[in-house]
Amino acid sequence: MKLLDFLKRERKKSASVAKERLQIIVAHQRGHRGQPDYMPMLEQELLEVIRRYVSVDQDAVNITLDSEDDCSILELNVTLPNSKDDT
Amino acid sequence: MAKIIVVTSGKGGVGKTTSAAAIATGLALRGNKTIVIDFDVGLRNLDLIMGCERRVVYDLVNVIQGEATLNQAMIRDKRTENLFILPASQTRDKDALTPEGVEQILNNLKDEFDYIICDSPAGIERGAQLAMYYADEAIVVTNPEVSSVRDSDRILGLLGSKTRLAEQGKEQVKEHLLITRYNPHRVDHGDMLNLNDITEILSIKLLGLIPESEAVLRASNQGVPVTHDDDSDAGQAYADTVSRLLGEDVPLRFHEAQKKSFLSRMFGGRR
Repeated sequence: MKLLDFLKRERKKSASVAKERLQIIVAHQRGHRGQPDYMPMLEQELLEVIRRYVSVDQDAVNITLDSEDDCSILELNVTLPNSKDDT
Repeated sequence: MAKIIVVTSGKGGVGKTTSAAAIATGLALRGNKTIVIDFDVGLRNLDLIMGCERRVVYDLVNVIQGEATLNQAMIRDKRTENLFILPASQTRDKDALTPEGVEQILNNLKDEFDYIICDSPAGIERGAQLAMYYADEAIVVTNPEVSSVRDSDRILGLLGSKTRLAEQGKEQVKEHLLITRYNPHRVDHGDMLNLNDITEILSIKLLGLIPESEAVLRASNQGVPVTHDDDSDAGQAYADTVSRLLGEDVPLRFHEAQKKSFLSRMFGGRR
């Protein structure tokens, strides 16, 4: 039975794994493209401030900068942990 | 007025210098007056690939610092008419390059040449940014491999923001993709990214595809750009690349695995 499973199992080709990984990382990189150089620092410092009050994960904070015609919008999304666990 | 083309990649070792030398040679062979400039200050290699390492007297940094004239530093290629090399400095550090100095050199060369090829150093630091800053077009050299593709995407981001054209906001640097070290057999086995995947991920136009080839090492061993080896697959692929750069419509070659014939398998026809 095990041998049959082994034979039937189609090994995922490494090239398609590479493609999937690249699509994700490139999409992420492009999200940061064209943003001001201070953004990573800003993100880091905001995270530090939030952490003084609530313990959140590194990836619980999501910052995006959108530019429209004559203004830019800085959007800050923080996923806070359930307040019951926090006490 | 010369067209300024930067050959860049982000990642090292993907074939920037080989490609810059081969494309510059191809352009010159087609009758265009061409100069290829090594921007890799501190780690120059273009002179070796072009086979003129023993003729280097002055370099790019000497010219920028006023210690030599441009004509003293330019090396005329011995094999190809219309082809010149401007080597990088081996001893200075990369801070010796200044934007003003580079601009002045390019301005002085612009009237005299048809093409100025800038061979960028690896990385995204000062040297690489200076090599691309004044470019009209960019050839992004990419291997079918994850880290190279990712770095190429980073470079595309810089081309779109940290170049003179981008800063002027009028037009974009024209971006070309050059895939090197492509192995159709491994692609067929599903162990190498295929060219459509790479062009799709980077979403720029494919200029050329250079197969993984023994001719490339042979060429660099001898200091003769691989374009001169016109029997070889890589040499022909670079010649096709140059034709496309000149605006010709040339079908893609060497992207499909060739079945070895019985005879060549018997006698090991390698070329």
